[in-house]
Amino acid sequence: MNNLQTTQTPDHAAAHGPALRLAGVDHTHAGGQLALRGIDLAVAPGERVAIIGPSGAGKTTLLRLLATALKPASGEVELLGQRPWSLTAGARQRLRTRIGLIHQAPPLPPRQRVITAVLAGRLGQWSLAKSLLSLIYPLDRQGAADALGRLDLADKLYMRCDQLSGGQLQRVGIARMLYQGADLILADEPVSAMDPVLASHTLGLLNREAQRRNATLLASLHAVELALEHFPRIVGVRDGRILFDKPAAAVGQDELTALYANEQLGRPPASAPAPRVQLNIPRC
Amino acid sequence: MLNPAPVPRDPAATSRLLLTLLAVALLWPGLRLSELDLNVLVDGSNADTMGSFVSAFWPPEHGSEFLALLWQATLETLAIATAGMTLALAIAIPCALLATRALSLSALSRGGRPAWWTHALRWPVRGLLIVLRSIPEIVWALLFVRAVGLGPTAGVLAIAITYAGMLGKVYAEIFESVDPLPARALLGGGASRLQAFLYGVLPQATGEMLSYSVYRWECAIRASVVMGFVGAGGLGQQMDLSMRMFAGGEVASMLLTFLALVLLADLLSRLLRWRFA
Repeated sequence: MNNLQTTQTPDHAAAHGPALRLAGVDHTHAGGQLALRGIDLAVAPGERVAIIGPSGAGKTTLLRLLATALKPASGEVELLGQRPWSLTAGARQRLRTRIGLIHQAPPLPPRQRVITAVLAGRLGQWSLAKSLLSLIYPLDRQGAADALGRLDLADKLYMRCDQLSGGQLQRVGIARMLYQGADLILADEPVSAMDPVLASHTLGLLNREAQRRNATLLASLHAVELALEHFPRIVGVRDGRILFDKPAAAVGQDELTALYANEQLGRPPASAPAPRVQLNIPRC
Repeated sequence: MLNPAPVPRDPAATSRLLLTLLAVALLWPGLRLSELDLNVLVDGSNADTMGSFVSAFWPPEHGSEFLALLWQATLETLAIATAGMTLALAIAIPCALLATRALSLSALSRGGRPAWWTHALRWPVRGLLIVLRSIPEIVWALLFVRAVGLGPTAGVLAIAITYAGMLGKVYAEIFESVDPLPARALLGGGASRLQAFLYGVLPQATGEMLSYSVYRWECAIRASVVMGFVGAGGLGQQMDLSMRMFAGGEVASMLLTFLALVLLADLLSRLLRWRFA
């Protein structure tokens, strides 16, 4: 598999270029606080990258930039071979149908049923008539059930979103992205409200899905060991800059210590790994 | 030592007193300007006229011929209110979708603030809604009675126009008051604005929209009665006739019918809110 990929990736890169490319990207929050500065990042199609770093480092901002939910103050953004901010609004919406963002706290209407929330993943590919019809009577029940089944939520198909726990909602958000079938999968703390076993299983599923469809996967994670275990490439972000960007096997203790320096209160991360189970605190 | 320490005076008392005096000072010119004179109520001949009119209310008229007429008029009033509301909805929903900021694509990448030029495009629609609702339905009714003649059509059109303005404004505000993140997430996934509305905004707004629409339907029933007085059909027109003939019993029956209609609207509203909110 690895061999196949190494021969395939340059081919792909030559044909379509990188799946995403950021060059000299700066972003400032509305408050005037500099969130990201001088970000250079290129990811080939089919690559799987974990973004780690302390809270407030700019991981979410980086993912929102890649999801075209934010326009950078300066610098170049290229996604799936297109520059979203020089496209017309219509072409940008078509590009967005190929990008799937998994939110830490999935924004789902409380009264919406799980099946509708999952089917909403393909709205960008559906006509208005089909989406209206599906709202009255869910058209692709099998598709939604399959996506939920892979996350062990098949029995929740007809439940309302406000009847689910935080971890279950996160999995509904992931099921929506699976159903969307995005070429660029972005995940913002996708497993923060899950128990350790479920978190590891879900990350494994995301990685297998990305490999199977040769989709590109970028996920921000608090848990360093989950990142090292599941992702071949690690990007460390701190204070709005990329501190390191290397294969998981090459990430050393000293780099992790430097990345989390203040947060770990001087202790090396190996003896005090970032907690795997975290509270689900919505950040937006 | 046994004497308790004196409790300090309420520090808010002075400002409350001043506010009360200010309110009275503001209300007084209002009473003077409206020439309200309660003395005319108890003035000899006036009181007699009113007394005989009100005493004629009992017993309410219940002859079978009148009841048939009342039933016909009630159905007509309900039909005017419902048809008017349906037309109003047909105008209000597209206008609300155009006027609301909740579905702005340009707001997506700007932290929820739409670009100024898309904002400028919403203003003509908001202006239209303001014009529609700022002219009272009775004025529209008088206008349409002259245009299409006496009868329910004038009432339907008058309600449709005024209520389109009210419903459109309130719907647009309901869309803006719900959590914008679901719709924004859908827009960010490539959905069109209408799709984002259907899957992101509507599930959160249904309860409030239904509740407000039923309340407006109730108002439309009352409005259609008032417009009946200028010849726009329904219970109002019958009541106008009965009042001219000083038939107090008939007026009483019609007022009781009103009560029943409003009660019905209230029950319907409670039922819908229980189901959808």
